[in-house]
Amino acid sequence: MELLDFARGPALWSSLAICVLGVAWRLWGIFRRPVKPDWSEPRSAATAAGALRMIVRRMWHHETFRRRTFLSSFNAYAYHIGLAIVVFGFLPHIAFIQRLTGLSWPAVPGWLFIVAVGAVFVGLGWVLIARLTNPVLKLLSNFDDYFSWFVTILPMITGMAVISLALDQPYPARPLNPVPVAIHLLSLELLLVWLPFGKLSHAFLAFVSRGYTGAAFTRKGAEL
Amino acid sequence: MSDIDARHPVDLESKRFSIKKPEVRYDKQGERPDAERLGAAMTAFAKDMGRAAAVYMESCIHCGNCAEACHFYVQTGDPKYTPIWKLEPFKQAYKREVGPFAWLYRALNLKHAVTVEQLEEWQHLLYDSCTVCGRCSMICPMGIDIASLISQARHGMFAAGLVPHELWAVAERGHREGSPLGATPKVFKERIEWLADDYEVEMPLDRPEAEVLVTFSSIEIMKYPESLVATAKILKHAGYAWTLSTKGYEATNFGLLSGNAAWQRDMTLKLIDAAVACKAKVLVLPECGHAYTALRWMGANVYGRPLPFRVLHISEFLAEGVQNGRIRLNRVPKSLTFHDPCQVSRRGGATGAPRVVLQALGVELRETRDHGSLNWCCGGGGGVVTIHRADELRYKAFEVKMRQLDATGAELTVTSCANCRQTFDDGQAHFKWDRTMGSLLELVAENLRD
Repeated sequence: MELLDFARGPALWSSLAICVLGVAWRLWGIFRRPVKPDWSEPRSAATAAGALRMIVRRMWHHETFRRRTFLSSFNAYAYHIGLAIVVFGFLPHIAFIQRLTGLSWPAVPGWLFIVAVGAVFVGLGWVLIARLTNPVLKLLSNFDDYFSWFVTILPMITGMAVISLALDQPYPARPLNPVPVAIHLLSLELLLVWLPFGKLSHAFLAFVSRGYTGAAFTRKGAEL
Repeated sequence: MSDIDARHPVDLESKRFSIKKPEVRYDKQGERPDAERLGAAMTAFAKDMGRAAAVYMESCIHCGNCAEACHFYVQTGDPKYTPIWKLEPFKQAYKREVGPFAWLYRALNLKHAVTVEQLEEWQHLLYDSCTVCGRCSMICPMGIDIASLISQARHGMFAAGLVPHELWAVAERGHREGSPLGATPKVFKERIEWLADDYEVEMPLDRPEAEVLVTFSSIEIMKYPESLVATAKILKHAGYAWTLSTKGYEATNFGLLSGNAAWQRDMTLKLIDAAVACKAKVLVLPECGHAYTALRWMGANVYGRPLPFRVLHISEFLAEGVQNGRIRLNRVPKSLTFHDPCQVSRRGGATGAPRVVLQALGVELRETRDHGSLNWCCGGGGGVVTIHRADELRYKAFEVKMRQLDATGAELTVTSCANCRQTFDDGQAHFKWDRTMGSLLELVAENLRD
């Protein structure tokens, strides 16, 4: 079995399985914790709506906090949106997803892909520098932070190595240089394996955490 | 305000720059082995580990945003005051002992076991430098309610006997005598009789039945007795059948602040039992922030079922009275700024009530730049005002408040929390500030329209 076949076959399915099972295990580990009934008289019973409102509300800071957090928030948005464009808007990635699921959609223009790639590299670079230099981030950061950063930027780096054709042209299903493509895919699979265990799981935990606080605060009539 | 701790005397003689790193100052209650202390902390912490707390423990992305909302960090720039960092040993314990991958963390020793030394070091962060004001909960992009986790961590610290001693002593006295400042039932009764006599107001005590049961905070009883008189005047003006009860009058709950759930429960049940005994329809809480959290939002859960009466903070009670016409007020032609008590406003959801009252008073309300749910804490909440070694840090936090209040240029400054008021009085004396914090309740009592 060639490396590309391994990456597209057993490695891909194993990493997806670990990701799905790991996420399920982590959520189960949280949701199995007991919930005490709250007998206090609620100020509002619209807790589900409050949970949803909180999920949206915390997508940006209250005005009073914005001056002190503007740069980090802007950067976070820039590289998250950039990552989304790179992952879901690049033609070869769409072709890859189509092979797996049968689903496809139009690719983004080549220039937008380049802008997105730039935003991701600059943004993630900034994140690392901030973690290493900002006293608060330096204090809070641990292995999880740095390894999560590493597994996020690694597919970007390996991806750069396999771009060989025009950005908006379809790539052949069997690449001319299969080894770099295999390495690129394996780096993505590393990210999938790590996702349930580390802080990358904020991809789903953000909704749970915001939802809980949104429901609790709404019950008390407190601002979100 | 500071007393000198005999075990850690303050060095006033050495040259300022000769002191490189002060010894970490922490207190311990009782004599017992460290392992036992640690075990007690972890057991108490894990006992409360419900689903919401587990979600929060799992969700932090280490973005550090919470630091920007904390007055202790903003005023000092010291990263250790980052709110989520204050929970670090308990996050560590959660991951190792409770979380979904705890078995993996233990097997590979990816998270080390928490040590007593860590907890000792963190005493300063969990008590001296956190007022549980919850401003950090308003900035967290993951929506983590950090303040609720601090309270939970304090349960662990109390169980370990690692509470700042002044706070512990006040809480213990509250449990033993029924009041943290010595307002025992006998003292309370004498004080009520004295006030009723001196101010010529009716202050009914221990009526067998009443529509409204009124409670006070120990700070009001002992330091601001005018608040008791003001309450009596307003209730008479509004025509309520009300009473005080020697069985349940003290709303201050240092069990909550110090982290002793059993003491918290005892104090809460006294109030509930007193209200049930006199068949009260409404229990009015005093101008006290944490008393509101303790009874309004936690009381029924201590009781184990819904409370058979309504619980209102005095500002809510006043707002209702204004809205239903039972409280009629004269206009006050002055500018005024209001300090929101965190536990009533941000954490309690009653931000609108004082503003209804202020509107009825006709004052020109000048809000601080950050107000309502985003106000800055006075710096003395969460029991911090009792901890003498925290005074300097508290004064630093207080400077934010002074700046914002001064910027309004308002003639009057009022709040609806006696603990905030006490912190302001202390800050005023320390900084020789020309602004005196007043009471919303007393302002209302002074302006009742006959």
